[in-house]
Amino acid sequence: MNHLISLSDVVFEYPREEAAPLRVLNHLDLTVEPREFLAVLGQNGSGKSTLAKLLNAILIPTGGNCTVCGFDTAQEENLYEIRSRVGMVFQNPDNQLVANVVEEDVAFALENMGIEPGEIRRRVDQALKQVEMYEFRMHAPHQLSGGQKQRIAIAGVLAMQPECIVLDEPTAMLDPRGRREVLATVRQLNQTKGTTVVLITHYMDEACQADRVVVMDHGQIAISGTPKEVFSQVNTIRSLGLDLPQVTELCWRLRQAGIPLPEGILTEPECLDAICSLLGGAAK
Amino acid sequence: MLNNFTFGQFFPGQSVIHRLDPRSKLVCTILYLVLLFVVNTWIGFALCAVYMAVVIAVSKIPVSNVLRGVKPILPIMAITALLNLFFIDGTRVVEWGFFHISWEGIVFAIKMIIRLSILIVGTSMLTYTTSPIALTDGMEKGLRPLQKIHLPVHEVTMMMSIALRFIPTLVEETNKIMSAQKARGADFESGGLIRRAKALVPILIPLFISAFRRAEELALAMECRCYRGGEGRTRLRQLSYHWQDGIAYLSMVLLFAVGVALNFLLPNI
Amino acid sequence: MIQLKDVSYVYSPKTPFEKTALDHINLTIGDGEFIGVIGHTGSGKSTLIQHLNGLLRPTQGQVLLDGKDIWEEKKNLRQVRFQVGLVFQYPEYQLFEETVEKDIAFGPTNMGLSPDEIKHRVQRAMEMVELPASYLEHSPFDLSGGQKRRVAIAGVIAMEPRVLILDEPTAGLDPRGRDLILQMIAHYRKATGSTVLLVSHSMEDVARYCEKVLVMNQAKVFAFDPVEQVFSRWQELEQMGLDVPQITLLFQHLEQRGYHISSHKIYTVPYGAQKLLEYLNRPGGKGDTDAE
Repeated sequence: MNHLISLSDVVFEYPREEAAPLRVLNHLDLTVEPREFLAVLGQNGSGKSTLAKLLNAILIPTGGNCTVCGFDTAQEENLYEIRSRVGMVFQNPDNQLVANVVEEDVAFALENMGIEPGEIRRRVDQALKQVEMYEFRMHAPHQLSGGQKQRIAIAGVLAMQPECIVLDEPTAMLDPRGRREVLATVRQLNQTKGTTVVLITHYMDEACQADRVVVMDHGQIAISGTPKEVFSQVNTIRSLGLDLPQVTELCWRLRQAGIPLPEGILTEPECLDAICSLLGGAAK
Repeated sequence: MLNNFTFGQFFPGQSVIHRLDPRSKLVCTILYLVLLFVVNTWIGFALCAVYMAVVIAVSKIPVSNVLRGVKPILPIMAITALLNLFFIDGTRVVEWGFFHISWEGIVFAIKMIIRLSILIVGTSMLTYTTSPIALTDGMEKGLRPLQKIHLPVHEVTMMMSIALRFIPTLVEETNKIMSAQKARGADFESGGLIRRAKALVPILIPLFISAFRRAEELALAMECRCYRGGEGRTRLRQLSYHWQDGIAYLSMVLLFAVGVALNFLLPNI
Repeated sequence: MIQLKDVSYVYSPKTPFEKTALDHINLTIGDGEFIGVIGHTGSGKSTLIQHLNGLLRPTQGQVLLDGKDIWEEKKNLRQVRFQVGLVFQYPEYQLFEETVEKDIAFGPTNMGLSPDEIKHRVQRAMEMVELPASYLEHSPFDLSGGQKRRVAIAGVIAMEPRVLILDEPTAGLDPRGRDLILQMIAHYRKATGSTVLLVSHSMEDVARYCEKVLVMNQAKVFAFDPVEQVFSRWQELEQMGLDVPQITLLFQHLEQRGYHISSHKIYTVPYGAQKLLEYLNRPGGKGDTDAE
């Protein structure tokens, strides 16, 4: 009962014309703890986006059970309770901003929840400051960059003061700078506010920053663990069609050649230290 | 070709007129339009024109911009005036076979031109000084009483505001699709009307598909943010009347009263 | 050969939104070159590529194709576009025909080719993007995201342009989809020998596939040199906010700590691993220290 999100034996099938239903999630079990930063990796068609949609009761499992913040997503009357507790950020930054002015967009959910205007103002300002977009509060969405739009979308969700934020490939359409901005925002939220984060992505460098990584394949969880544990399984990761950090791959190649390097090296500084200590006094 | 497209033509500013509550501006504009069709005296028209001149001066919108707004309507005004000129009977001034021009016709045509040009200036002053968002806000609040008779005021204003939000996005998208098809040798500039219309197909189909996709995604995003229609909704921005609004209403009511009274008191001037 | 002579381009001139997107660009793109174009959003790279096929007209300066100003005769512009093919970002959003075949045929039809020739070209283009011929009768809207993108690329390839420009052809794809598209482009280049310009945010991809790199920064050409030479300026690239490949950084930092592992710049993992192994096994390397 302590789990923030708990999926047990979840099956999801899309009905198809003239064919058997397409099974996207196949007896999936997953729990997410409060304050956790979970990254869900997987290539297209692995079922990761469907998983995201289950968490917000956009989709209801065709089999098994999905409980979010203590509410069963299959119960229609829980819909509003779930959506006010689990915020959702989607891939396309353009198609999720509703209002013509940044601050009104951030206020949108609060207006829908019938919160009193003074309180809306307070929360909107706070959320905008959190994503560092306060100076842009009077801008129109089309004047912003992709990364900025995504941060506004995050602010709109934050203003609801949710227990959990689910981000469905929020950086897929952004340039590297936008990706960095969005990821820094998400991380900071998780660390300073303790908001639970479920980040769906196919970028391994983003997954590296999470507490726990789940790799999906064919509607099931293929690997799960800390980034170090997961990315140590080089062959499996590759066979699942995913990337590895370049330094992880380098160390793996060297280990294959018999060089004694530790497993689970993910970042460039880590790798630099490992190689330097290996080379030791061999420096010219 | 779409780059010069601006919707609503809002000129941001800090004047008293800009800061008036959108409801006041909306109601005053409606009153003003009604008045223009009620007034029938030269002095009445002069009063209306002076009133608008004062509004323009206070708003600090350049007169050249205001006049530019009238330009596209000129052909329509010319046609209306001509029709009135020829088809109103009365004391004939010129007679030329089947055609004749009457004194009454001339007077009516001139009044029509004055009426229409002040009308255009008046309504464009509303959009010049009120941002589209303030305007939709004003409509939602100002027209709320109509919800009692089951007019979908919230839905209509929400639709308007979403349309405004997506116009720049779709304009940009149209430009992009046009460039992409041009890169494949599409030709939008030559050929007759039918060929040109046909050339639009490769633009319109992708544009519609994308608009539908956007609509679907937006609807989902709105639902996820607890949107359940207008009921029980609060607003971040509260509209509130200030003393300036009182002056605006008062001056408009005064103008209205004087304009109507002049019709009876001095019908010939 | 495409030459840009002192080309400048200004968006919305004489308005408050005036913005210089290209600032006196001089550039020569030789036949058969495989060029990676990098630079972050707003650096002018998108504006630049739209000048190469005459979609944008320079505010100042000339764009020459084989020595001839492409804007000299406006009615020849379409011919220029057939020779310099441009694939936009997210090209699948421009599909509009009922079948894959008809959509790919749009370009060749605009060229005024014979029905037989169009058919051949559509088939060849399908082969190039590695889609089976059985897809020709499908509606492009029934395909998966990656397949749609291939169809859209085929639509440009079918014009058989001498120069092919692709604006971030891998945007939004997962790693497998990205690798497939990049391999397809490399294969296309090899098979046809045409000039290819690949706009990308990923320096790793550029390093892996391209021969030369064009770096745009603040409306100017920052560098246009062979890959190795450009990557030797990694510090400047980092300052610009571009993502230098992790592997390049690693070897640069090793260099700074006094380990001279390779005289060449390293920007791919296999090459880096090979060089490190050579270093470890050579006299004075790790092997020796162990023996002591």
